[in-house]
Amino acid sequence: MKKNGFGSRFFMVLVFLFLYAPIFVLIVFSFNATKSRSVWAGFSLQWYVKLFSDATIMDALRTTLLVSAVASVIACIAGTAAAIGISAMRRRSRNIVMSVNNIPLTNADIVTGVSLSLLFVLAINIFNQTLGTRWELGFWTLLIAHVTFDIPYVILSVLPRIRQLDPNIYEAAEDLGATGPVAFRRVILPDLMPGIVNGLLVAFTMSIDDFVISYFTAGSKVSTLAMEVYAMARRKISPEINAISTLLFASVLVLLVFINIRQSRQDRLANREKSVVSIQK
Amino acid sequence: MKNRWLAVPYVVWMAVFVVVPLILVVLYAFTSRDGGFTLSNFSTMAEYLVVFGRSFFLALIATLVCILIGYPLAYYLAREGESMRRMATMLIMLPMWMNFLLRTYSWMSILENTGLLNTFFQKIGLFSLINGIFGTDITFFHMINTEGAIVLGMVYNFLPFMVLPIYTVIEKIDYRIIEAAQDLGANFRQVFQKVILPLSLPGVLSGITMVFVPAVSTFAIPRLLGGGMVTMLGDLIEAQFMGSAYNPYLGSAISLVMMLIVLICMAVMNRFGEGEEGAVVL
Repeated sequence: MKKNGFGSRFFMVLVFLFLYAPIFVLIVFSFNATKSRSVWAGFSLQWYVKLFSDATIMDALRTTLLVSAVASVIACIAGTAAAIGISAMRRRSRNIVMSVNNIPLTNADIVTGVSLSLLFVLAINIFNQTLGTRWELGFWTLLIAHVTFDIPYVILSVLPRIRQLDPNIYEAAEDLGATGPVAFRRVILPDLMPGIVNGLLVAFTMSIDDFVISYFTAGSKVSTLAMEVYAMARRKISPEINAISTLLFASVLVLLVFINIRQSRQDRLANREKSVVSIQK
Repeated sequence: MKNRWLAVPYVVWMAVFVVVPLILVVLYAFTSRDGGFTLSNFSTMAEYLVVFGRSFFLALIATLVCILIGYPLAYYLAREGESMRRMATMLIMLPMWMNFLLRTYSWMSILENTGLLNTFFQKIGLFSLINGIFGTDITFFHMINTEGAIVLGMVYNFLPFMVLPIYTVIEKIDYRIIEAAQDLGANFRQVFQKVILPLSLPGVLSGITMVFVPAVSTFAIPRLLGGGMVTMLGDLIEAQFMGSAYNPYLGSAISLVMMLIVLICMAVMNRFGEGEEGAVVL
């Protein structure tokens, strides 16, 4: 295809500048010596030091990471199983299931959030009145909400992989004496792995990025980082928040660069093998 | 591999936590505060007609801007080499790891009257230049707490959702089709108009959905960048559920109407999109 000229490259750089300008500002001001968010007063690490003794922020960080990790793992397992089940369904029921699967994806977050909060409040009231329990909105409702909006992403990521599977391979494994579970683990699962890992990553990212649905389902006792930021934004956000985001951002960056390097190395190896094979032929 | 029952837990989960809550929204929308059936939630909504209009208008502008920036970006990206493309998609996804509220908050410090952008303009002497020419006496541009700032916040936050679907579709276009068109004598504009654009339309349509829906229902962005001066649908709904005006019945009714309008828009748009594709095939 025609390569990009100077003009189109320049355009791309401008868009990426636009995307990264606020992030750059955030990072720079996490090292600011004063509390100001727009006047630079010198380099300091004080916000990083303060951060680790701030119980509220550390609690919020723990909640965010825990709920994102647990929800994406549950969604990943349930979603993969469901994708296998869905692919075996008859066309009509599969279409119905897939339209329901699309609801959390296309619906506005705020509608998902308020509808879940209606259900939770109603269910909790009923349980509390009939069973005498004293439940309230909290970590569990937050977790259920996250699993609910994470699963559809996993399904969308795993289902295409299942369609690409050759059904004969599984039968071949069974013919060669593998029992169902073994055939699944040794033959099917490795083929699905890229889709599963991708689904897990997307689900985790969505959980980390979510604010609206958490806001309506977490109640007043627990809060995620995003909820903490929203509560602070009405007054003034402490630069500690800049510091924690910088740390999160840096760790993801390192992780992604690492994955990227590994992948391009694998690609190169695969290419070399291919060329060796073709030479031998 | 024919294990249909594997989907059972998922189907039950989705029924309980997706379908039932939506049914509750519909029920609540027709319920009065004392629990009886009512239509008054919908009639009180007439007061908020302005808010509906404003939300849909601002979301529409944000979506258009996203197409204008996102389409060329996706198109140029698809022409880059493999490693460049991988890095670029990574760079587009990466900001999501800094929660969108934080990034939006960061725009506040850029756009404020004494913020970074105005400081920058002052440093390069833009204001003295303007004051010299027009005889005015300005020391800053008023950018924060305007509808423009809200649109900027929406474009900034939702642009990746426009770029990624378009990019995925354009990247999959078989390059031989383009070459065939060129061989048959089509110039760049014709190739784009008759081959690339129609083939990338599904990506654009899903991009529009993915930008418009969160834009029309956002409540954090107008709160931060609009300074609470500009009320949007999201703010209205939020106030009914979390605010002092606690009235989940009215909140459900507003959510329901918003959902229906969005659904109708999407249905019309998809019908229109299919028609286009059909015409192209003919």
